[in-house]
Amino acid sequence: MADDDLMKTVLFELHLELGAKMVPFAGYEMPVQYPMGVLKEHQHCRAQAGLFDVSHMGQVVLSGNDVALALESLVPVNVVGLGEGRQRYAFFTNEQGGIEDDLMIANRGDHLFVVVNAACKDADLALMKGALEPKGITVSLIEDRSLLALQGPGAEAALAALCPAVADMKFMDVATVSILGVECWVSRSGYTGEDGFEISVPNEKAVDLARALLADETVEPIGLGARDSLRLEAGLCLYGQDMDGGLNPVEASLTWAIQKVRRTGGDRAGGFPGAEVILAALDNGVDRQRVGLRPEGRAPMRRDVALFADAEGGEQIGFVTSGGFGPTVGGPVAMGIVADGLHTPGTQLWGDVRGKRMPVQVAELPFVPAGFKR
Amino acid sequence: MKYTEEHEWLQVEGDLVVVGITKHAAEQLGDVVFVELPDTDTEVAKDDEVVVIESVKAASDILAPLDGEIVEVNEAIVEDPGKVNEDPEGDAWFFKMKVEDMSVMDDYMDEAAYKDFISS
Repeated sequence: MADDDLMKTVLFELHLELGAKMVPFAGYEMPVQYPMGVLKEHQHCRAQAGLFDVSHMGQVVLSGNDVALALESLVPVNVVGLGEGRQRYAFFTNEQGGIEDDLMIANRGDHLFVVVNAACKDADLALMKGALEPKGITVSLIEDRSLLALQGPGAEAALAALCPAVADMKFMDVATVSILGVECWVSRSGYTGEDGFEISVPNEKAVDLARALLADETVEPIGLGARDSLRLEAGLCLYGQDMDGGLNPVEASLTWAIQKVRRTGGDRAGGFPGAEVILAALDNGVDRQRVGLRPEGRAPMRRDVALFADAEGGEQIGFVTSGGFGPTVGGPVAMGIVADGLHTPGTQLWGDVRGKRMPVQVAELPFVPAGFKR
Repeated sequence: MKYTEEHEWLQVEGDLVVVGITKHAAEQLGDVVFVELPDTDTEVAKDDEVVVIESVKAASDILAPLDGEIVEVNEAIVEDPGKVNEDPEGDAWFFKMKVEDMSVMDDYMDEAAYKDFISS
């Protein structure tokens, strides 16, 4: 895609004003870093608060009779049991049991509000329209709202200064509140492992809200570079890297997101694409799975590094799906897919870095304890 | 000081050449988090990959700018890779080479030429 074809979020001019370095990402021109730099942005978000423009992500409203039950035909998740004012992590599956995208589903009373990845937005919309419209569900892409994420231990104080009600929200709560005089849809969630909020704000007030938050001395703008290192330390998957259409949710170590009611023996077991494969994987186990990886040296092990059980020889037993330097950990961190039996934390493996096998240990995820307000 | 198109700077010290990366290169790389230096007393040929440098963004190679022998490396930047961003054209030099034929230095850009090179 030529740069001219890239889309811009409503905050584009503000990013430039803040000195952002812009890069193409999922069809949008997005800030990868600001003058502070990736490392300090990461540390600032963990220590105080960071503001992210995530307006490139797809915001979709689903409404109609039995909308939750209808959506369950696309995700192996308990949507029917999701209480009003609550949000839940989910993923769309395919007929092979693989993952087509991951998403957040919020129950906002008379409708569901879902947020999907930017790169999968068109495919997800087509998938939902194709499957849900015949069931009488209206699928509406919300294009008149921007999406901001405010993350970090200082997020509550910074947002509560504009809207005291958010302080009462707990992790994965959603609420409709008034901020700067306009209706915002707020969730207490994010993609950093920190406490924080995602705020769906009408486009005409998005820049004002960003400026109001940035006016708080604890809040700094954070780019995609630090967003990636923050989510990696938090052990959170990036669609297209740590999970994809060829990996089922059990292999992706996302079984926690499949509630009992959708599993074998549950009241609404199966009924989603690839159910046979996924339920069999839940019942019988899988021969590979996603794990955390902690390289022992200083050298980062990046995506596609081949993993081995031994320092020399032997077949490849896995590969790195995401890897880099973890600023809070103070060393390299990674996630990867390894063969069953080699997935236990503490297992010694070897990664091929520039032709040399370097030691790496299977590690517990997350690398950095979550700061959620439960 | 001389400069290569690979964004290295070269400084002659007697019969040695000190090699590092330019401020421009360090800015482009972003925060450096890992540096792997060659062993000392190794013979290298021009364009051999002698250093691996990794930033928060990506890994890059640094090529030997000249034929010669690596005689000293800067362990301080291995211990604290952030020095490469702090003082790339000073304390954060990478290695020193013993070079037989100093005349090859004439092939490289001077400061004015390098400035033109990075602004073009």
